[in-house]
Amino acid sequence: MSELGLREPLIFELSKPGRRAPSQFPPETAVAGDLSDGDRGAAPGAARGAGVPAYLRRLSRPHLPEVSELQVVRHFTRLSHLNFSIDSHFYPLGSCTMKYNPKACNTYAMLPEFLGRHPFAPGPQGFLACMYELQEMLKEITGMQAVSLSPMAGAQGEFAGVAMIRAYHQHRNDAARMEIIVPQAAHGTNPATAAMCGCTVKEIPCDKSGGIDLDALEAAAGPATAGIMLTNPSTLGVFEHRIADVARIVHKAGGLLYYDGANLNAILGKVRPGDMGFDVIHMNLHKTFSTPHGGGGPGSGAVGVGPRLLPFLPIPLVGLQEGRYRWLTEADLPDSIGRLSGFMGNAGVNLRAYVYMRMLGRRGMVRVAEYAALNANYLMKRLTDLGYEAAYPARRASHEFIITLKSESRRFEVTAMDVAKRLLDFGVHAPTTYFPLLVPECLLIEPTETETKEELDHFCGAMQEIRREMEQEPEKLRTAPHTMPVRRLDDVRAVKQLDIAWKPAP
Amino acid sequence: MPFIPHTPTDVSEMLSVIGAESIDELFDEIPEALKAAALEGVPTGRSEMEVARLLTERAAADGRLLNFIGAGAYEHHIPAPVWAIATRGEFYSAYTPYQAEASQGTLQLIYEYQSMICALTGMEAANASLYDGASALAEACLMAIRANRGSESRRILMPRTVNPTYAKVAQTIARHQGVEFEAPAFDRRTGRLSIDALKGSMASGGYAALVIQQPNFFGNLEEIDALTDWAHANRMLVIAVVNPVSLALYRPPGEWGSEAGGSGADIVCGEGQPLGVPLACGGPYFGFMATRLSHVRQMPGRVVGRTVDTEGRPGFTLTLQAREQHIRRSKATSNICTNQGLLVTAATIYLSLLGPEGLERVAASCAERTECLVQALTRIPGVAAAFDTPRFHEAVLVLDRPVPPVLAALAERGIAGGLDLGASHPELGHAMLVCATETKLDRDIEAYANALRDAIESPSAARAQLEERA
Repeated sequence: MSELGLREPLIFELSKPGRRAPSQFPPETAVAGDLSDGDRGAAPGAARGAGVPAYLRRLSRPHLPEVSELQVVRHFTRLSHLNFSIDSHFYPLGSCTMKYNPKACNTYAMLPEFLGRHPFAPGPQGFLACMYELQEMLKEITGMQAVSLSPMAGAQGEFAGVAMIRAYHQHRNDAARMEIIVPQAAHGTNPATAAMCGCTVKEIPCDKSGGIDLDALEAAAGPATAGIMLTNPSTLGVFEHRIADVARIVHKAGGLLYYDGANLNAILGKVRPGDMGFDVIHMNLHKTFSTPHGGGGPGSGAVGVGPRLLPFLPIPLVGLQEGRYRWLTEADLPDSIGRLSGFMGNAGVNLRAYVYMRMLGRRGMVRVAEYAALNANYLMKRLTDLGYEAAYPARRASHEFIITLKSESRRFEVTAMDVAKRLLDFGVHAPTTYFPLLVPECLLIEPTETETKEELDHFCGAMQEIRREMEQEPEKLRTAPHTMPVRRLDDVRAVKQLDIAWKPAP
Repeated sequence: MPFIPHTPTDVSEMLSVIGAESIDELFDEIPEALKAAALEGVPTGRSEMEVARLLTERAAADGRLLNFIGAGAYEHHIPAPVWAIATRGEFYSAYTPYQAEASQGTLQLIYEYQSMICALTGMEAANASLYDGASALAEACLMAIRANRGSESRRILMPRTVNPTYAKVAQTIARHQGVEFEAPAFDRRTGRLSIDALKGSMASGGYAALVIQQPNFFGNLEEIDALTDWAHANRMLVIAVVNPVSLALYRPPGEWGSEAGGSGADIVCGEGQPLGVPLACGGPYFGFMATRLSHVRQMPGRVVGRTVDTEGRPGFTLTLQAREQHIRRSKATSNICTNQGLLVTAATIYLSLLGPEGLERVAASCAERTECLVQALTRIPGVAAAFDTPRFHEAVLVLDRPVPPVLAALAERGIAGGLDLGASHPELGHAMLVCATETKLDRDIEAYANALRDAIESPSAARAQLEERA
């Protein structure tokens, strides 16, 4: 069973006026002394004396919790017990690559010299050497000519990629190309990104075996085509083996090819996006290169480009000149699409990816793809042997695969969501549900290379038991989960009676 | 290789279940012609001990500077519990909380975070964070254009008192949607915006929004009431860019403007880094964003709401998802998927530890330390404060010679002395931006003053001064 903790009050409910964690206060100075216990009622800003005009001062203190240090430690430790995580649970969340995040990556990215460095302090050669070498390794792995680490997440990497495609066409006086082609199965960020870049979206269908419908592509590509956004392997979990034809069609029409790196884990060291004909790629360092997901970020969405897009890379990136590393800026790349962050992207995330890649090395990279594929194909076979239906049974799984519960949902009136929720009771995080939208009642399952055979077998055992429940006691699925800190939540009420911030009682 | 647990027996058993001869066979759908050669450009793998040695040596070579740079990233004391808890695997290695029942820890924490951001800013609704302060402002500009129903304009006033990098990032991100920016000048005497200058710059057709950074890029405090009233009178929304620590001392954006009730900034955003996040060579940080309830559906990013489960017990879940890319695809408010969850975790723990009094003490100490710094440095001949306006924890100093050689000489003495404003604000002359937070003791300030005196008298700086005069 999952062994999560019990529910925990809000930190505001633990608060008591006048309680503090005073060892965290700055040293007393003559001025701060004004705020000592005897003067607690003093108006904020009084400490600034006559320097601050009264109309700029805050009149009442913000409602932040007033708690002791131990209360804080205990509260957040208890909250942590309410989470599934890779460190504690199998997390086969398709398309998200929830692999082990090695502890060393965090420990050595958090060395005090790295943490204490201001981004505008003079060029730290040690840190910049790591960033430069990371760019070089990512170039090699993707078959691209240059890499910028500045995008702060996959979606920002996508934005940078499409913005570069637009810049390319504009520089060729071909700016009427405003259409981005995406396959129906694409992740929602692809069309959303195209729209943010001012482009329109043209969706094309997939064929029965999960590949791109080449006839539809041929018909869609033309003088308005800016480019196509693809993952390969696709979001359907299969490799698009006619990728060379796709590239030929799109390039012939004058468009460029964008590689969404969501599924790069599947092909690491096996086949390179640059060799497949892609002009630009974003990588999710938080997936393939194992930086932490952190409960929803920070990610890092490094972009790589082929020769056509070199001048447009987002700044800053690290250059090496006369034996010294430095940040390249507008002055070095005048045609850059510009800056995407206040400083240097998610520098510390990039450093974690660097540590990971140095530990793996060139052979380790290839083994990532190999064992991710082994685990995925093994799971797919075991689940189909248990009676589950693979969405593309004739195809190899890549690093992930789709199970469709279409027939089960009809026969037993249970949904993919019910199965996902019931899995939580077995101590397994749910696979991705209802994505891609194309496959009804689907579970997208990605075990990753760092899981043992025993863990996969435990998952299969749970799925076998769930299958029995489906047939014999389906209500158990419909009302799952049963062992979590909460039961299913009322999402409709969450929207209708919107409560998104605690307020003190009047 | 190092993190793959398979034994040779595992591999052969698994392959036999699959019905494949080898792992290579699993890649038989990839055309042979496309298969990659060995990755010569990637070094061979190293043990943790070897990589640890490499990183430790590189970090040591970078060393540590006594830091007086701010300009959007601020050095504060970070309480030990903050990262001890934030790096717990249960927070560190969890995904976005899509499966609410198995993510109540992350979800409740984000709800508490949203509540704290609302409390600090005086607003009604906050999101679960954006990438950083600069990109948060870009998103705020796009949001203002969607939310301002009273104006057709796609133009935004982004004054030169706003962090220049933020202005560039907003330009990078928003220009594809036809958004244009105008950059009104500031009052050279006060280093803040003047209503008269703004009035003079008004174009016909108006603007969708006015961006007010408080304290502004120079550290000066803007006259927020007059600016807010003027923007609202001209059908603009007000986007406030604020330092969250400063909000313990200064009027929250929700209370800006003189009209009782219906006033205040419309969208608030800023850099969350000062709340327990280390400088770390530039990131990861996080952006915060808050608004009025009436605009909440135009706000990008994740939002967590409190609701009840099927047994009526309270619980937390992602809400208002109809705005987001996975539902709305090309019609979403933004393509953003993630927030900066780990940094939000740190910030929520930080704000809980400091509480209302601690945060106020930190802010007051920063302001006091900066006044001490300015006094100490301006006693040196050839160094003057550019403005005599009320400020928070940064100040512009004007030197009698070019700044870069002086900063280089300071760096040789182990001091990161400030940010040269020559490129971004040449109108200020030989200007640099300096900052002191609560972390700077009297002896640090003294060390800086001594080093600056030395640097100014050093041969290279003296040469620069001579060249300047010639």
